Amino acid sequence: MKAIRPLLALILGLALGLAVTAFAGENPWHVLMVLVKGAFGSRYDFGMTLFYMTPLLFAGLAVTVAFRAGLFNIGAEGQLTMGALAAAWMGIAWPNAPVGISWVAAFIAAAVVAGAWSGIAGWLKARRGSHEVISTIMLNFIAASLASYVTLYVLKNPESQNPETMAIGASYQLPGLPGFPDAPVSVALVIALVSAGLLAWIFERMRWGFELKVVGQNENAARSAGISVASTQVLAMIVSGMLAGGVALGEVLGSAHRFKLGFSPDYGFVGIAVALLARGNPLAAIPSALLFGALHKGTADLDIETENVTRDLALVIQALVIATVSAEGLWDIVDRRRRKKEAARVAG
Amino acid sequence: MNAVELRSISKVFVSGTSRVVANEDVNLAAKQGSIHAIVGENGAGKSTAMKVLFGMQQPDSGEILVAGKPVRWRNPTEAMAGGIGMVHQHFMLAGPYTVLENVVLGCEGASAFQPIAFERAAARLRELGERYSMPVDPEAVIEDLPVGIQQRVEILKLLYRDSKVLILDEPTAVLTPQEIEALFSNLRRLRDEGRTILIITHKLKEVLALSDEVTVLRQGRSVGTIETAKASAELLAEWMVGRKVVLDVKAEQASALGAVRMQVAGLRLDAGRSKLRDVSFQVRAGEIVGIAGVEGNGQSELLRALLDPANPKVLEAGRIEMLGHDVSSWSSAQIRQLRAGFMPEDRHRDGMLLDEPVEQNLLLGLQHHPRFVREVPAVGGVIRSDALDQALERAWKDYDLRPRAAGILGRGLSGGNQQKLVIAREFEHDPEFLVAAHPTRGVDVGAIEWIHRKLLAARDAGAGILLVSSELDEIFALSDRILVMFDGALVAEYRRGQATPQELGLAMSGSSAAKGVGA
Repeated sequence: MKAIRPLLALILGLALGLAVTAFAGENPWHVLMVLVKGAFGSRYDFGMTLFYMTPLLFAGLAVTVAFRAGLFNIGAEGQLTMGALAAAWMGIAWPNAPVGISWVAAFIAAAVVAGAWSGIAGWLKARRGSHEVISTIMLNFIAASLASYVTLYVLKNPESQNPETMAIGASYQLPGLPGFPDAPVSVALVIALVSAGLLAWIFERMRWGFELKVVGQNENAARSAGISVASTQVLAMIVSGMLAGGVALGEVLGSAHRFKLGFSPDYGFVGIAVALLARGNPLAAIPSALLFGALHKGTADLDIETENVTRDLALVIQALVIATVSAEGLWDIVDRRRRKKEAARVAG
Repeated sequence: MNAVELRSISKVFVSGTSRVVANEDVNLAAKQGSIHAIVGENGAGKSTAMKVLFGMQQPDSGEILVAGKPVRWRNPTEAMAGGIGMVHQHFMLAGPYTVLENVVLGCEGASAFQPIAFERAAARLRELGERYSMPVDPEAVIEDLPVGIQQRVEILKLLYRDSKVLILDEPTAVLTPQEIEALFSNLRRLRDEGRTILIITHKLKEVLALSDEVTVLRQGRSVGTIETAKASAELLAEWMVGRKVVLDVKAEQASALGAVRMQVAGLRLDAGRSKLRDVSFQVRAGEIVGIAGVEGNGQSELLRALLDPANPKVLEAGRIEMLGHDVSSWSSAQIRQLRAGFMPEDRHRDGMLLDEPVEQNLLLGLQHHPRFVREVPAVGGVIRSDALDQALERAWKDYDLRPRAAGILGRGLSGGNQQKLVIAREFEHDPEFLVAAHPTRGVDVGAIEWIHRKLLAARDAGAGILLVSSELDEIFALSDRILVMFDGALVAEYRRGQATPQELGLAMSGSSAAKGVGA
């Protein structure tokens, strides 16, 4: 029962979201069909869904790692911005890097910068006790401003009217995923999937995964067991940031081939929803990210296909899913009802 | 006449597929103006029965009678209005608020908009405190008060509401021998006034010393009620456990003392109320050194120092040697890699992951042990899951951990079995030095015997054991040497059989008549 709760929550959230469209004068069934067709209707549509899924999975895993150590990383958005910027900078500064090495170099740049960005919040927490929710939110603003400055004044593309940097070297471009010729989905998705698998293994089998869990659940027990709470949390934040930096792979290396201001439609925040729905399980984050990717793609067609509903419906549904998933109390009520019935049966 | 009566109360807790029968056909009648003790092992259903009486739980079947009339509480507010009050094991006080605010909370006045008559309430509280010789300062902030006084506030809260029936859940667990004596005389006085006291406890000596009647619960059922004058500790223990129990494990003096396993010198800490004053002693192989003392006199600080000596907030000065190493500047991670076991003073707080299965709880503190974790170069420590399974088997077989089911969550174990889990885990270190802090706190009678035997066996096998306990019986039963701690310092030392409880009690209260250590 407990295991399928997120699924029930999801269905409930989706149903509520669609019900809302009825108030806007739409046929919910029609809206659902537009969503499904928009996300999975054709090879191109599915490719776009997978393209959106890639950054959402990275961001979801980032939130998941911090979550396991008892930390709420609200700053994935800022971290992925910094990571993408760093990857673009690497591709511009060293345009002739040999293929392969280029990818590694860009990934390292993204991971190091995003990890360090997130590590600031971890360090502040360990050192000064600053709450990570506050510091990561504030770092989001700084990252956004910094990205604007660097894009407009340091790495500006002189040939474009758009707020974007120069193009990265050709050797940096990641190959697309075979089978989706027109969609920008790249092998970055494969890397994200491997990361999820790796993370699941680390959680299940490695000491570090165990230590994260202990720190997240009981800091006193961690101390008594000889686990340093501070360094575990700092490292958790760094790794979380590094995963957020992985977003650079699909966005900068895989599709835009440059850093574009505002490239992220709040991937970092939707990542929180991805992690919540997956209940901190890295493997469950895969279908969860796919779902939110599909929602993002599917709702894009609502602007055209329906009269009264726009793509903002995606936000409504996301919000409702988060609300239903996190409504633990709701399940307690259901449980209590059942217990009462059960007890009545036993007593009778 | 019976002040309160429970008639064949049943209460089943269902979660998921598991059903826990907390109470089944529980019968209990407390005479008005008497002290009625309720005893039973952990999980026997004592607290559930009392929560039913107090309206916190609704019984699935059965009847509650107050002064002969059947009642049905929907919540504790109704029970309180019916003259029943309860002091919970974990106090229900708001720490940052004053004594007065806590007492008034819940009976401020008829209307939410009416100003609270604090002055009148304070006067009444002072008057109650004087009448029952339980003085409190109404303006004192709760979290600044010692637990003994906090408990006093809880009792005054009930008297302020003029409760006729007072339920106390394990009231002596946090008190010193002197405070226990004071509490008992207060309770007797309340009884003589015509109030009825129901007291939950697992300490048989207290039952015999205090109560007029006893009801024993076992596995959710009431075994019977007996006049205390006709009962004995052996009989009650037998009723509780269902078999004959050895109450006092007799231990011989340690035979030959071996090498020094642990030695501390000049430990100092001065952090507000937390103090260590020049604490020096050693523990040798094959002996149990017991630290006796009223809780809050530096024992917790000493225990923390042994685990985290490099932390200046934990230890300001001093030298610690453990198993031949100078560990004074070691981190707890390094110390946990020694062949040393640490049973924490509060297993829920410091020793368990309540929402994780037993296997994961067995790994706690062993995450660097080569038997449990394989070090893979460039990857890190990889957990050997087969080693965890084997450890679980050992915990079942050698440590009698129950139930014998893999995957059961830490919180699903009874207090005694949680402690067995901790012991099994700490013995996985094959400890040459073992710290046992309050090893039988909250553990049932049957398991106490077992835990004591285990500690003595470890001693006889050559381990040096540091026992910290606030239970004098335990200190006397196990310790080869007794050190008394008072106000952060060791103030007296006795060999096995040298001290009487009276002497020890004097030393624990800081009397200078006691023998000084090395002075």
